[in-house]
Amino acid sequence: MSKANLLDRRAVVSELLRDRKGAFAIGGLGASTYDIAAAGDHDRNFYLWGGMGGAVMIGLGLALAQPTLPVVVITGDGEMLMGMGSLATVGLQQPKNLSIIVLDNEAYGETGGQTSHTGGTADLVGVAKACGIGNSRAISTMAEVEAFASSLQDVMAGPRFASAKIDGANLERVLSSRDGTYIVNRIRGSIGHTPI
Amino acid sequence: MHARAETAASWPEEIFSILQRFEVRQVPYVPDAGHSELIERVLGSSSMRGIALTTEEEGVALLAGAWAGGQRGVLLMQSSGVGNCINMLSLVQIFRLPFLTLVTMRGEWGEFNPWQVPMGSNTQGILELSGIKVLRASRPDEVREVVEAGAAQAYNACTPTAVLLSQRLIGAKVFTK
Repeated sequence: MSKANLLDRRAVVSELLRDRKGAFAIGGLGASTYDIAAAGDHDRNFYLWGGMGGAVMIGLGLALAQPTLPVVVITGDGEMLMGMGSLATVGLQQPKNLSIIVLDNEAYGETGGQTSHTGGTADLVGVAKACGIGNSRAISTMAEVEAFASSLQDVMAGPRFASAKIDGANLERVLSSRDGTYIVNRIRGSIGHTPI
Repeated sequence: MHARAETAASWPEEIFSILQRFEVRQVPYVPDAGHSELIERVLGSSSMRGIALTTEEEGVALLAGAWAGGQRGVLLMQSSGVGNCINMLSLVQIFRLPFLTLVTMRGEWGEFNPWQVPMGSNTQGILELSGIKVLRASRPDEVREVVEAGAAQAYNACTPTAVLLSQRLIGAKVFTK
């Protein structure tokens, strides 16, 4: 199933988070959450195991609440397609500290590899651009991933959107915590909020 | 006459004051005629950010992110929007969110449009099945105390709460040619 010249998803995410500083990272349910876990656990990792279609909106809520810190949503094409309207909502709000990157394998990898709309006719970069996210691009090299990784630290120039076509191989799952209350309270704790 | 003088502020204005007092910062909404005055107040406010959504479930996810980032929010929607939220309401339980939503009701009390009735009839049941406590205000003079109680239990006790604002309170929508 692997095609030539596609990026390795773990390498992409590892590069995105290598020098993350204070950034929050939200992972859409499924493989992108495993990719974030594989890059190393962090108290600002927002792992999702459900709520499909919600990753970008979680990122927006967090970005608006913490405008001086970078927020990056790392999700898959299926998850992004389910929440496509949220790109219009982000376009309207123009959060300067929010970055979104779709790891696009053109398939629903978690459920057996069924082809997604991006493998056919849908162009998520075009959608993001048309929704008012002017800085939207397709990424196909690790050099572009590196450039995106350093740009997400600029909290005055977002929102930005990228789609990286990745190799569709199913990699070994790296399981993060799936206790939502723990995950959220750990993030809150990292910015100085105590439990109620 | 005296009673009117005591409740001079409109009920949407009273809701706005309560949200201010509870330091609500993010107000996602899908427009509804019943919420129009409150939405205008929010959009004109310097302490709150009104966030227009394409569908109500976006608001549930947004409030999860807001809470993680240390801010409170409230989701404004119409009863039909509750149906759009169902799977995303999982986040409310999973993250133990201090979730508050104010729902203007359709499909009851003199409704003209039959298409509103199926969802309006099931709004409360769906919310309760999703683990959300439901309060209701049906008269202008009870809005303040019901919304205040809802906000208090949502934000102070992390008890997810929906306040239904009855169609009787808002008035049935009049359809004219």
